[in-house]
Amino acid sequence: MNNNPQMALDHDSASIWKFLLGEMRPKGKFFTPFNIISVPIILLAAVIIIIRFWKGIGAVSNVNQDIPWGLWKGFNVVTGVAFAGGAYVLTFMVYILNMRKYQSIIRVTVLNGFLAYAFYAGALVLDLGRPWHIFNPIIGNSFGASSVLFLVAWHFLLYMVAQLIEFSPTIAEWLGARRAHKILSGMTMAAVIFGITLSMLHQSGLGALFLMAKEKIHPLWYSEFIPIMFLVSSIFAGISMVILEGSISDKVFFDQISDKNKKAQNGIVRGLSKICAGTMFAYFFLQLLVFVHKQQWDLLSTGMGQWFLLEMLGFVLLPMILFFISYRNNNITMIKVAAVITMIGVIMNRLNVSIIGYRWDAAVRYVPSWMEVVVALAVIFTQIWIFRWVINRMPVLRDSPSWANEHQ
Amino acid sequence: MGIQRRSFLKLLGVTGMTLAIGEVGAATPKTDTDVEFNGILYDGARCKGCRGCEFDCAEAHGLPEPLPSKDVPAIRKTNETCNTVINTYNTDKGKVFIKRQCMHCNEPACAAACLTKAMFKNKTGPVTWNANKCMGCRYCMISCPFDSPKFEYHSANPKIQKCDMCFERLKTEESPACVFNCPNEALLYGKRRDMIKEARRRIYEKPDLYVDHIFGEHEAGGTGWLYLSPVPFDQLGLNTSMQQSSYPELTKGFLYTVPSVFVLVPTLLLGIHQATKNNHLNKPKEDE
Repeated sequence: MNNNPQMALDHDSASIWKFLLGEMRPKGKFFTPFNIISVPIILLAAVIIIIRFWKGIGAVSNVNQDIPWGLWKGFNVVTGVAFAGGAYVLTFMVYILNMRKYQSIIRVTVLNGFLAYAFYAGALVLDLGRPWHIFNPIIGNSFGASSVLFLVAWHFLLYMVAQLIEFSPTIAEWLGARRAHKILSGMTMAAVIFGITLSMLHQSGLGALFLMAKEKIHPLWYSEFIPIMFLVSSIFAGISMVILEGSISDKVFFDQISDKNKKAQNGIVRGLSKICAGTMFAYFFLQLLVFVHKQQWDLLSTGMGQWFLLEMLGFVLLPMILFFISYRNNNITMIKVAAVITMIGVIMNRLNVSIIGYRWDAAVRYVPSWMEVVVALAVIFTQIWIFRWVINRMPVLRDSPSWANEHQ
Repeated sequence: MGIQRRSFLKLLGVTGMTLAIGEVGAATPKTDTDVEFNGILYDGARCKGCRGCEFDCAEAHGLPEPLPSKDVPAIRKTNETCNTVINTYNTDKGKVFIKRQCMHCNEPACAAACLTKAMFKNKTGPVTWNANKCMGCRYCMISCPFDSPKFEYHSANPKIQKCDMCFERLKTEESPACVFNCPNEALLYGKRRDMIKEARRRIYEKPDLYVDHIFGEHEAGGTGWLYLSPVPFDQLGLNTSMQQSSYPELTKGFLYTVPSVFVLVPTLLLGIHQATKNNHLNKPKEDE
């Protein structure tokens, strides 16, 4: 597809700009199905965003005084971050547990995680009523240190830096910056350790955000264990995302992946399915314990109770069994199906805590406006655009240039 | 070596002790005792439902004038254009009124939730909002058990609206607008401690008139607004089953684990990394 750009930074600066400018140009066909769908949605979202900053959030969104957080927070931020959890799980496996088998997918996972955070933080800005004060909790004139959101905000920021450091050797390889590559590679381990710690805290922190909404969230979803539930479920949410993203990348970026890595792919997916099954078992057991302890059997006969049962049995227990069986039978297709079911289940869970079960008894239910949906989709599409741009240029899926292997 | 291990430890101990004692020594005298939370006592048996307080409140805060009584429903919520409402409930003792507004909790969930300290519990009791700090995340609205903060959704420069116990007005006047203007003496402003004493006295003197409960004395860990009522409070739309401890208490456990996670997890990760470092070297290829 492209001739693997090799550029040494020791050249004069004019050629660097020429190189970067050349890389900015789109590559490949423009009229792909994805482009045809995503471009109009992104353009429409841009218009909606202008209206939002001009007339206020209420002009485009259905959030109200009773339900102040809608789709942009509940879906883009709370749900999206769970799916970005794959980055910390895989860096843990590869760098901490030294499971070299998963080395070939580490870069694409970290890239995916980094972009997810960058764009969800972006979605957060859209939802802030007074975004010009967004730096207040950072620059230190007003530290609300007793706030869970303060913690989450800081961890988002620091984790994005950590992920950027983890990913930076790839950028250095793209630019052919050998000395920078050596320095940045040396920082990976520290960034990984820091990043995993931050991830554990803010994945659970996203759940802890809802702890004070004790009477507002349906009792089947509220418990003091929300933070732990969010942490554990972010593990299999992230891995399912890695499985799904991997199976799509295998097709879309087929020509970039080396034969060796293609062969290894099935083994990786199988290994991941085992981990998914294990963590989902822990999660299901935890949910069961909390449910039994709270003695809420009578709630199961209500509509919300059946919705809860559907989530737990259909979208946790079922994919858990599927992961386990298909791991035993080495059925890669079924593992991918299980990953998709799991992801739907995680979306259900996050929305149940943040939107559907939040004020489930309110007279006026929150239903997102079409404009909110368009913006929520546009955020994801833009992220995929950038993702594709990077993959087509940097050695994310393809092998590193030979000089880079010296200092790894 | 200029400094020996023993003398270093001694120095460390002395420094530590000095710091610790210094802290205690500085914290004990005067302060805190002379500043106490103020509160407002609302007496549901005295309120005649004239809604004068709604008008006075709107005037004091520059908000639009409320609609006349024939045009408003009996039960309303506060919103971004009105900081207080008088609701009418038909109970077994006839029509009973209740004033609703921000409760000014002793330990407010909104202030604990705020990541910029825009929501702030003042030393004298009022919970106020600071436009120069707020970034409009609305986490205060998620957290408040009384749904007090209201957001101006239809503004490009939105503000949070709620009762501020007339924080600005109290710098010059002796009581909030609603208390000052109430024609029936249904509202009383003073030290929260004194308000509780007064409420107890009223219940003691007229046990048939009041239910034996002061709403807000313990609810949500205690609130600045205190309520007396002739009928049980759940008949007036108040949540009587809400927790008696403060809401920030609910996140305390999580927040307290953060420092220990920050110390223990990296150490653990580094340890595991060292332990598994050479695994791939001595493992024969049975992995496939």
